[in-house]
Order: sequence, then C-alpha cells, then structure tokens
Amino acid sequence: MASIEAQGDKHRAERHAERHGDHHDDGHDHGSVRSYLTGFVLSVILTAIPFAIVMAGGFESRFLTAAVVVGMAIVQILVHMVYFLHMNTRSDEGWTMMALIFTVVILVIVLAGSLWVMFNMNTNMMPQMNHEALGLGS
Amino acid sequence: MNTATQAPGDFWEVEPHHHHEGASTSIGFWIYLMSDCLMFAVLFAVFGVLGGSYAAGPGPKDLFDLELVALNTAFLLLSSITYGFAMLAMVKENTRGTLMWLGITLVFGLLFLAVEIYEFQHLIHLGAGPQRSAFLSAFFALVGTHGLHVAFGCLWLVTLMIQIRQRGLIPANRRRLACLSMFWHFLDVIWIGVFTFVYLLGMI
Repeated sequence: MASIEAQGDKHRAERHAERHGDHHDDGHDHGSVRSYLTGFVLSVILTAIPFAIVMAGGFESRFLTAAVVVGMAIVQILVHMVYFLHMNTRSDEGWTMMALIFTVVILVIVLAGSLWVMFNMNTNMMPQMNHEALGLGS
Repeated sequence: MNTATQAPGDFWEVEPHHHHEGASTSIGFWIYLMSDCLMFAVLFAVFGVLGGSYAAGPGPKDLFDLELVALNTAFLLLSSITYGFAMLAMVKENTRGTLMWLGITLVFGLLFLAVEIYEFQHLIHLGAGPQRSAFLSAFFALVGTHGLHVAFGCLWLVTLMIQIRQRGLIPANRRRLACLSMFWHFLDVIWIGVFTFVYLLGMI
C-alpha cells in the first residue's frame, strides 16, 4: 500500500516537473529529425499525387478529381499540424487546441455560409439580371 | 469566529501568480495565428464566391502554369523542413548550425517570392492584372496576401539571424525563433489551401 502511494507521489512529481520543465524556457516540444523527416516525406507524397493527377488531365469525373485533391489537402494540413507545428492536446493545458477548434468552427461557418448564400443568390438573380433579353436596357 | 481572525492571505492569493518571462508568448502567438487564419478564411471565401466571374476574360486554364506552382510548393515545403532543422540545432545549443539552417530557409523563402513575383508580373504583362475581372481581383488578393506574409517572414528571419549573431541563443532569441517557427509552418499550411483551391481545382 505504502509503495503504491509512494509511486503515485513520484508520478505526480514527474508530471509536475514536466509541466514546469525549465530546460527550455518556452517549454515546448520541438520534435526530432525523425518526426520532421516523416512529416516531410508524407507532405511530398500528398503534394505530388494531386499535382500528378491534375497535370495528367484528371479522372473522367471532375467531381472525383476534385474530391481526391481536396481530400489530400486536408490530410496534408493534418500532417503539417502534427509533425511541423507539433499540435497536441497537452500544450498550454489544451488552450492551443481549444483556440484551433474554435477557429475551425468559425472557418467552416464563414466558408460554407458565404458559398451557400452567394450560390443561392446567383441562381435566383439570373432571370432578372438578364436585362438585355428582357428589353429593359442596361 | 475563527475565520475572521485569519489573515486574508490564507484564503485569497494576495500575491500575483509568478510567471517567468515569456511564459504566455506561445499561446498568445498561437491566438494571433488563428486570427490570421480567419483573415485567410475570408479571402478564400471571396475567391470561392468570385472565382468563376471571369468577365469574359481569361480563366485559370489560360493563365496558370502548374509546373511553376509545383516548383513554388517545393520551395516552401523545403523551407519548412530546413526551419525544423534550425529549431533542432537550437535545442542542441548549436549557434552556427542554427544560423546555417536559417540561412538556407531564407534562400528558399526568397526563391518562393522570386517565382511568385515573376508569375504576377507575367499575368499583368498578359493584361490579366487584378483590375481585369472579379476572379483576378480575388486571386491577387488571396495569393498576394500570402506572398506578403512570406515577405514579412523573410524580413523577420533576417532580423533574428542578426540578433542571434550578436547575442547568441539567449532565452529571448529562443522564444522568437519558436514564434517564427509557428509563423513559417503556418504559412506553409495556408499555401496547401492556396495551391489546392486556387490552382489545382482551377485547372481541373
């Protein structure tokens, strides 16, 4: 029993030391040669494939080509986040991750909202905009 | 009443928390990057809305050269990993190595800018400047803003190299290097969005 408690104390102390790690004043993970090279190789692959597909003329279906290209981009952004920006749920007690999640939510609303609203407006404006055909002058 | 006689310091923390200098720099800089990200989101939304309005002018297929874009992507990706090596050299207290990798990063950053300026000049020469159509206005606003970020990143890089040369890898310089690292990798992430949504999807 006593030994378990002692072990628990030791773990707590270690965690404490990690959190207040003083050997780097910024207290951040800077990765290793291995993690940077992994990220780099993955990025090269994820960049080369969409470029090759589009340069070769793409698939028969435009939608499929676009979906593959966008999919690769999303995966590559995640690769950069993990291997280059060293994102994790621990740094700054999770606040960097919270800020990121908040930003992504706003980003999706701004992008999806703008495209949706403007696409609908364009579609609905079309007949009225055709002044010349209606003989309304310009 | 026992509690009334207690000194206020026992219950409330009267002393402010002591944080060592720069403890909140990385989270603060991250928040700045997120706000920058929202700015780019707006520019991407503008491009998404106006990207098809050619005003009877040239479209992406008439203008873009994918080989040039691939070259630029390679420059930026290489600069990302060389910056990573600069950070690793910094962790090992290797001042010369840090400066060398930062110098290589700067070269790739400047090459990226040179290719982009060439591309813009070529487009304007063809009569496809930002005033030609809504598509081109949105294109120049988005890609130009990214290029401007890279240009300021290069300026920051030069400043840091001078500071490291003069003062060495002191804590303040390490903090600055970590901030620029986030900025530089962030710009690479934005570039993924640019080459995907502007160039590749435009050329399909």
